[in-house]
Amino acid sequence: MKELKIFGIVVAFTLLLYWGVEPFAHSKMHKHVEGHNFVYNGTADIEEAEAKGKQEIVEAKKKFWADVEKISKLKGDVAAGEAAFATCIGCHTGQPINMGGVIPPKLDHAGALYDKKYLIALIKDPAMASNVDHKYKDTSTHPMGSIKMMMGDDQQIADVVAYIKAKKAAEVTPKEAYEEACGRCHAMRYKKWTQLGETPKFKYEKDALAYKIKVLDEQDAVKKYMGKLPPDLSNIIRARSGHFLETLVENPQSQLPGTSMPRVGLTKEGYEKVKTYLEESGDPSKPKREALGPWVLLFFFIFTILAYLWKKSVWKGHY
Amino acid sequence: MAHFDENAKPFSQKWLDERLALSTLKRVLSTEYWIPKNINFLWAMGMILAATFGLLLVSGIMLLMYYKPDVNLAFDSVNYTIMTEVGYGWLWRHIHGVGASVVFLIIYIHMFVGIYYGSYKRGRELIWLSGMLLFVAFSAEAFSGYMLPWGQMSYWAGMVITNLFSGGSLEAYGLVEWIRGDYVPGDAFLTRFFMLHVLLLPLVIIGLIVLHFGTLRIPHVNNQDGEEFDFEEAAELYKAGKIKESKVIPFSPVFLSKDVFVMGVYFIFFFYLVFYHFDFAMDPVNFDPADGLKTPPHIYPEWYFLWSYEILRPFSKDLGLIAFAIAQVIFFMLPFLDRSPNVAPASRRGLFKYWFWLMLVDMIVLTFMGKLPPQGIWNTIGLVAALLFFALWIALPIITKLEKKL
Repeated sequence: MKELKIFGIVVAFTLLLYWGVEPFAHSKMHKHVEGHNFVYNGTADIEEAEAKGKQEIVEAKKKFWADVEKISKLKGDVAAGEAAFATCIGCHTGQPINMGGVIPPKLDHAGALYDKKYLIALIKDPAMASNVDHKYKDTSTHPMGSIKMMMGDDQQIADVVAYIKAKKAAEVTPKEAYEEACGRCHAMRYKKWTQLGETPKFKYEKDALAYKIKVLDEQDAVKKYMGKLPPDLSNIIRARSGHFLETLVENPQSQLPGTSMPRVGLTKEGYEKVKTYLEESGDPSKPKREALGPWVLLFFFIFTILAYLWKKSVWKGHY
Repeated sequence: MAHFDENAKPFSQKWLDERLALSTLKRVLSTEYWIPKNINFLWAMGMILAATFGLLLVSGIMLLMYYKPDVNLAFDSVNYTIMTEVGYGWLWRHIHGVGASVVFLIIYIHMFVGIYYGSYKRGRELIWLSGMLLFVAFSAEAFSGYMLPWGQMSYWAGMVITNLFSGGSLEAYGLVEWIRGDYVPGDAFLTRFFMLHVLLLPLVIIGLIVLHFGTLRIPHVNNQDGEEFDFEEAAELYKAGKIKESKVIPFSPVFLSKDVFVMGVYFIFFFYLVFYHFDFAMDPVNFDPADGLKTPPHIYPEWYFLWSYEILRPFSKDLGLIAFAIAQVIFFMLPFLDRSPNVAPASRRGLFKYWFWLMLVDMIVLTFMGKLPPQGIWNTIGLVAALLFFALWIALPIITKLEKKL
């Protein structure tokens, strides 16, 4: 009985120690950012603008997101949207060709990956939608800014988004989700991925070097556009908490105020796919760990029971 | 010349005894190595430390086969090669990481058990001193190992800790460069800490463990009441079959059987951490590769160094360094600062009882404050806790001198 009491004291102090250096310290070290459950309605953007105290920006954001809300209520015509979608594929060719600092993403799974309201907002004003308008004096100078002139009609926006949501919504693999949503800025060396795509195998070293130069050129272009080269995400799943990554993807400004990283507007499902890929790269042992863990613990449970029985028999007669 | 029986079969008991004294060795080291009976599970911490050191050694050898001590390769050799390509590499790494953290938890428990029961006094001073040397060697081993993954925390902790050697206002930057082998942590820095971690320090630790065991031999292990009794007499009683009356038990199998049971419970805890809760021992910041141009917002050591880090922080530069230096060595002084003749649990030692619990709580408070950002109320609490730490050490000789002889 006395031993159990001593054991209780040791456990209590150990838990106290753990609580202090882990949950408690971390809650004080990192600012708390509220998640939005992947709903894109501009609430966070407007709050941020209000916190900065610039009234005209607050008004502009309020109006912008109110318009987005209005367009989302319109009924989109898929057939009409398909015709208008031709405007999109002029730039979104699926080829690794840099335009204005970055390669336009493939839209093959855009309907599955991105939120409807976000897509509407993006076509209406890309810089405002992705919450990087602070980078531009005139948001038309965003690499995709010209879309404002090309697709000014609300009904047309609703049609295109209806088309994307209906016809570009095929099941997406974690790898595709990463490629389309993150992979044009963020390399992932553990998966041999660069801003140009998956690195091919070369027979001759000089071809490999020539390709490497192309990668460096692309990285320079991205660096110029973003201000710095966005980090390689090979290990990011272990370098940041799940909550950090989730809120960062929802709204990069919330975790890194002033960052040039755009919001990409992933749906919850889209984010889960990306996260799965980040885990495959940065924490590949997870499935093996989860499979082996119970067996090792079971082994030590049995070990402990046997050890207890041995102890009992050896100590017989000692008291 | 000793006598050798020519008829003894090679490798038979007799043959071995004549050459190695194997039976004597077994008797002296285990079956007739006497341990007091009046003990509790805390007396198993030594064996648990030995087992954890074994786990660290084995997992370390496995990791060593794939680790590359080079600033360009180190990070990916750990995070990619070992975690992805090597079979069970992740398991060895998590055992090594969790083991490095848990070994300090057990060391601290082991130390505070020694303090509580007065196991550093009256003939047991060298047990305490060799144990403290082990603590220092383990600290150096932990720090040098922390450099090896070459992540952001490796780099910046290496930067901060080696900077301490500039001695504040002494500005001994030459010494800092000499330690680093460069102006900033770089390749020379990484490879020398690699050498320390995988060769020199493990050798020192193994040597000190032998010394630590050796120091136990003559004064014997303490017991729950600090009772002094004749071990020879008690051993004779035990050997005569009066195991109930005897105050001792043999190391093997009686003491060992209890140790193995405690170890089983410990291993459940340990492997629970390895499989389900390893991240507490592997700071996320260290999963970003070292970058000399990007200082992390918070630089802090692993939890087991936080209390002494917090003694450094609340003071001015020079005073902080002096306080830090004293805190590193003050525990060595314990057997000499405790002036009481009593070897007894703290609960029976008057004021020392309060000293013990205050010291424990104070070190936990210092640990918390060492991790929190140094701002506002945390600074004040840290300063008070650091001052209390020194006040307690100043008070120790006085309160123990006043202690009544039991």
